[in-house]
Amino acid sequence: MALDRWIALIFVAMCCIYGYTAFFTMDQSLPPFMQRNPVWPSTFPKVLSVAGALCGLVVLLGLEKQTGQKEPSATDINYRRLGDYNTGQAIGLLVAMVVYALCLRPIGFIAATILFLTAGATILGERKYHILIPVAAIATFIIWFLVQQVLGIFLRPWPTFLVD
Amino acid sequence: MLEGLMIGLQTAINPFNLGMVVFGCIIGTFIGMLPGLGPMSIIAIMIPVAITLGDPTAALILLAGVYYGAIFGGSTSSILLNAPGVAGTVATSFDGYPMAQKGMAGKALTIAAISSFAGGTIGAILLMIFAPMLSSVALLFHSAEYFALMVVGLSAIAAFAGTGQVGKAVMMTILGLMMATVGEGALAAMPRFTAGILDLQSGFSFITLAMAMFALPEAIFLVMNPARSAQGSGDDKSGKIDNLRINRQEARAIAPVIGRQSVQGFFIGVLPGAGATIASFLGYAVERNLATKEEQKEFGKGSIKGLSAPETANNAACTGSFVPLLTLGIPGSGTTAILLGALIALNVTPGPRLMVDEPQVFWAVIISMYIGNLVLLILNLPLIPYIAKILAIPRNYLIPFILFFTLMGAYIGQNNATELLILVGFGVCATILRFADYPLAPLLIGFILGTMLEDNFSRSMQLYQGLGFILERPMTLGLLVLAVLLVLLPSYRAMRARKRAQGVADGD
Repeated sequence: MALDRWIALIFVAMCCIYGYTAFFTMDQSLPPFMQRNPVWPSTFPKVLSVAGALCGLVVLLGLEKQTGQKEPSATDINYRRLGDYNTGQAIGLLVAMVVYALCLRPIGFIAATILFLTAGATILGERKYHILIPVAAIATFIIWFLVQQVLGIFLRPWPTFLVD
Repeated sequence: MLEGLMIGLQTAINPFNLGMVVFGCIIGTFIGMLPGLGPMSIIAIMIPVAITLGDPTAALILLAGVYYGAIFGGSTSSILLNAPGVAGTVATSFDGYPMAQKGMAGKALTIAAISSFAGGTIGAILLMIFAPMLSSVALLFHSAEYFALMVVGLSAIAAFAGTGQVGKAVMMTILGLMMATVGEGALAAMPRFTAGILDLQSGFSFITLAMAMFALPEAIFLVMNPARSAQGSGDDKSGKIDNLRINRQEARAIAPVIGRQSVQGFFIGVLPGAGATIASFLGYAVERNLATKEEQKEFGKGSIKGLSAPETANNAACTGSFVPLLTLGIPGSGTTAILLGALIALNVTPGPRLMVDEPQVFWAVIISMYIGNLVLLILNLPLIPYIAKILAIPRNYLIPFILFFTLMGAYIGQNNATELLILVGFGVCATILRFADYPLAPLLIGFILGTMLEDNFSRSMQLYQGLGFILERPMTLGLLVLAVLLVLLPSYRAMRARKRAQGVADGD
């Protein structure tokens, strides 16, 4: 089965779970006065779950015929040949983003950002650390200054143990 | 009106007020370029500065300048980074980013600047002419009509989908609508579909979703296939943006688009609740439908008409959204709601009496809008080569910075690290959806319009004790019929084309 149909299958399953919640479990905690209203918090989700399941089935069963096959472009990525691309680098960057999210509060914005920018460029093949680290550090400080001092949005700059 | 214009001109060209326009435009453009800070947050940040000015005219002029600047800045990040920080510039990235990828970033920015200027200017002229009478038309629209209008907006996604792709596009729209229902609904403060997770009580953030749908997959694709970035920046042309000018043929192609979208965008902006986002999507859809078959193939791949339409429409709609604010005191969008708050804080009560009681405020704002557009054009056209140089940054540096700005955009909006994990999760899902050729724009449109759609649907249901509003309000019925036609027409056209091709093959 093609990837788009697998996605449609997952979508139909999601609609079933969403619909089950809307039809059977959501209204249980509804206060009595709301039960006399013509519209409940579950009304719109109920409509969506039915419409979504029907639409997902149209894609899953291939009811809508495609008129022409799209010509693949040189820059398109064919998911069947993932090994031909820099998939490892992409996964590495995603992992770096997750690590950044988890470290942002404990080690502070400045250290986390310098590490993320350095690690990101290293994953992509940059080895000139004498340029990379100062660029990352200067950019981080400028952004921190602009966001916190000029815009007034709080960003914890230093690790938690230094502040508390 | 002439007397009002003279008062406005006198007030607006006062050096201090002129300075405020220039300052507002510069601040707005630079902050608007940072994905994650849309006009709403920028205006909210600038309100304390505006209030300290003391003069309501100068304050409103400053805030209007910031508003325009932010919309323009948002377009720049949409075109260069495919990271629309503002909902109103999502449609700009559909063709603006492909143009930048083809090495035409300078041209795309020029078209965006000219279209924005023209849209804003024509919008300001229309505002002068129609402000008093349009307020009464806007009053005819009730929640039932808004609901129907939004259904039309969602159906216009058929225009985004290629032939035979309507099912996938509608599926993505419904997914977006479903995501909009996560969190506390407007109808009752009851958490829905949160799975008990506290961070989901306020629902998904638009910025996080926009970044995850557009910026993150694009960055991942750039990493996976360096040939993509070679097209845009890594080739010999990198660092040299030399195609800023648009030729006569291109100017002739976008002129009617600008004309049409200025008017359409303005009128959509006048409707409270519609605003720049719907205006830009509808503008894109309408121009795609009006284009010739050859031109239609270009849409989504770097069409100048596809770039000009949303850019013109969103700026015209920004101006239009001032009509209900200034004449009725009803905010036409989230941004004008914040402006309304600022006006009240400045002891100015917008409404039908504003033109009579404080004509200098009313007319000076209109004149300064025009000046603001001029300032943006003068400031931005010479700056375009420098702005576009962002594409010449080496890939090893550019990609981590794009990812960092994506993360920051999601983080500073909510100040919550969980948002970053949601961003990565959705980003991976969006990449898989792109592998399977699912259009992502409809998902975001569904998400943006979802809450408004449900609110208006629920309000109409309550008022009419059921679905009776569809039959009882002819305008609602008409709009809903139009929406159905918009979905069915592309499929019907495709079926007819298939039958015709079959007929030719069979020798009929």
